[in-house]
Amino acid sequence: MSHYEAPIREPLVLGDKSYHDITEDIAKPIEGKANKNWYMAFYISLAAMLWGFGCIFYTVGTGIGVWGLNKNIGWAWDITNFVWWVGIGHAGTLISAVLLLFRQKWRMAINRSAEAMTIFAVFQAGLFPIIHMGRPWNAYWVLPLPNQFGSLWVNFNSPLLWDVFAISTYLSVSLVFWWTGLLPDFAMIRDRAVKPFQKKIYALLSFGWSGRAKDWQRFEEVSLVLAGLATPLVLSVHTIVSMDFATSINPGWHSTIFPPYFVAGAIFSGFAMVQTLLGIMRKVTNMEEYITRLHVEYMNIVIILTGGIVAVAYATEFFIAWYTGSPYENYTYLSVGAATGPYWWAFWSLLIFNIFIPQLLWFKKIRRSFIWSFIISIAINIGMWFERFDIIAIVLSKGHLPSTWWRFEPTFVDVGIFIGTIGFFFVLFLLYARTFPVIAQAEVKTILKSSGEFYKKRRAQGIPSKPAIVVAKSVSKEANSDKNKEE
Amino acid sequence: MESSKVIHAFYNDDEVLLDAVKAVKSEHYHIEEVFCPFPVHGLDKAMGLAPTKLAITAFFYGITGLSFAIWMTNYMMIEDWPQDIGGKPSFSWIENMPAFVPIMFELTVFFAAHLMVITFYMRSRIWPFKKADNPDPRTTDDHFLMEIPIHNNEEALTSLLSKTGAVEINIVDKH
Repeated sequence: MSHYEAPIREPLVLGDKSYHDITEDIAKPIEGKANKNWYMAFYISLAAMLWGFGCIFYTVGTGIGVWGLNKNIGWAWDITNFVWWVGIGHAGTLISAVLLLFRQKWRMAINRSAEAMTIFAVFQAGLFPIIHMGRPWNAYWVLPLPNQFGSLWVNFNSPLLWDVFAISTYLSVSLVFWWTGLLPDFAMIRDRAVKPFQKKIYALLSFGWSGRAKDWQRFEEVSLVLAGLATPLVLSVHTIVSMDFATSINPGWHSTIFPPYFVAGAIFSGFAMVQTLLGIMRKVTNMEEYITRLHVEYMNIVIILTGGIVAVAYATEFFIAWYTGSPYENYTYLSVGAATGPYWWAFWSLLIFNIFIPQLLWFKKIRRSFIWSFIISIAINIGMWFERFDIIAIVLSKGHLPSTWWRFEPTFVDVGIFIGTIGFFFVLFLLYARTFPVIAQAEVKTILKSSGEFYKKRRAQGIPSKPAIVVAKSVSKEANSDKNKEE
Repeated sequence: MESSKVIHAFYNDDEVLLDAVKAVKSEHYHIEEVFCPFPVHGLDKAMGLAPTKLAITAFFYGITGLSFAIWMTNYMMIEDWPQDIGGKPSFSWIENMPAFVPIMFELTVFFAAHLMVITFYMRSRIWPFKKADNPDPRTTDDHFLMEIPIHNNEEALTSLLSKTGAVEINIVDKH
């Protein structure tokens, strides 16, 4: 029995679906017309994006002085946003790579969109270090290129340079992983496209995928090896991001638990963003039968786990800061000083949004509720932003000398660029949802017989998944051998 | 060219197809190709396809990336312009190696992943502007197509294929 799955498992694909129904469902949002809501969301995002681009041009034209940074707080919203976006960009490859290695079938309904989210989030993340340079036209100096300064090379001892390598490797490998998985689905849309222009575009995007047995064999091997390579890669990226802080000697940053705790936090925030996006997308694109309550529950379980790791890390940081008895440790981002000082609101926002609210997910009713999952995911998105803000701004706001006690006030440019990246992200995601197959339909077809509701019901009645053979009557002889090619 | 005629047998179920492939193979016919809308487990073995060696190439590409990273960090930081950064002079690669581990790891993954995917695209002949050559558009939707060359054995083949559950059998000229 190749398609057996324990009957106790809930179905992953609802409804009485055949292979062809899956094709129809996935192709529908691409072939149909966008509705009013899509256009409204798109124009709002576009406006935010253009506002953000305006703020970026203003920054580059005038100088970093237009931000709220000061002599003490040299990193604030820029690096906060950078780390926040990189963190969000962690769920996609985790879902497609780690869950593939663990043979979790539920990943197939959500991996495509999660990977898209990853790639779009890493785009936003990449913007910040580049604008933060102040002279972005010199951004190529981070690459180890022969240059006019008598071969002055980059410094391979610096975590900032490790970041360049880690993030560019992560972005490019994720992109290739995503695109390779997309090829058969683009081919499906190409082969049913009616409009010639649409057919041309999808023919180009599908790289001429034909679905030979040998291609599929290689496809599966490549997916497996890429998953094996991407798994340590995902973990390495946020590890290295955390080293930007951990290798410095600031109290509050110089912390050996940063790498594992940052990775857990990244997965936590990434899954929260997947919940936010898919909560809307499943409705808008009518994917309710593919992205089910069960998928939402599984994602919430990952959120509880990684959120728990983050909570333990916070508790450890808080305890150790207090236990050292060092006055300098009393103003790290998790300390009594932070909880009662001028940044008390940032401290408590972090705890409420990141630690207290997600505990609601222990209740099965809430964990399986779409609306609750959506609300909690928004809370986590906010909480994880505050985590990075607290780590950066609170720690920097109190140096070793009273003359280094400064506060950070964001300007409209800081806020504008952040809003702009959110707009840019949604512009990309909305365009994706209209033009790309949002579910890996070829993969979902492979689990239809084992995990589809229809086949599960039939199996319970003792009906085999293999249909009875009907002998075909006629043989046709055609002159034209190839229906796919134009005559 | 003795024969350019082939049979295209369509199936609409993966399990039926797999049994059909086994039946055709046991009658010692040569299956030229099977086009599938999604991967069918065990199909490559049933068709007698050799296992792919892409994973092995990825291993060697990874070794290449690692060697490149070692060469690059040594050349740039130790040989070409050694510096004393933060009281940690760079006069010996092995003593500075711990700081290069992230770069060595990232480049290993970078080389292995990209070169393996490029090899896959070249070997399977897929790239931008390549024309698809699946003979029927239904093979990316819900139909499987088995292609068998004919050598004056049309009758026997068609009756065998229809017995295995083919939903449509076409005899076509392949140019």
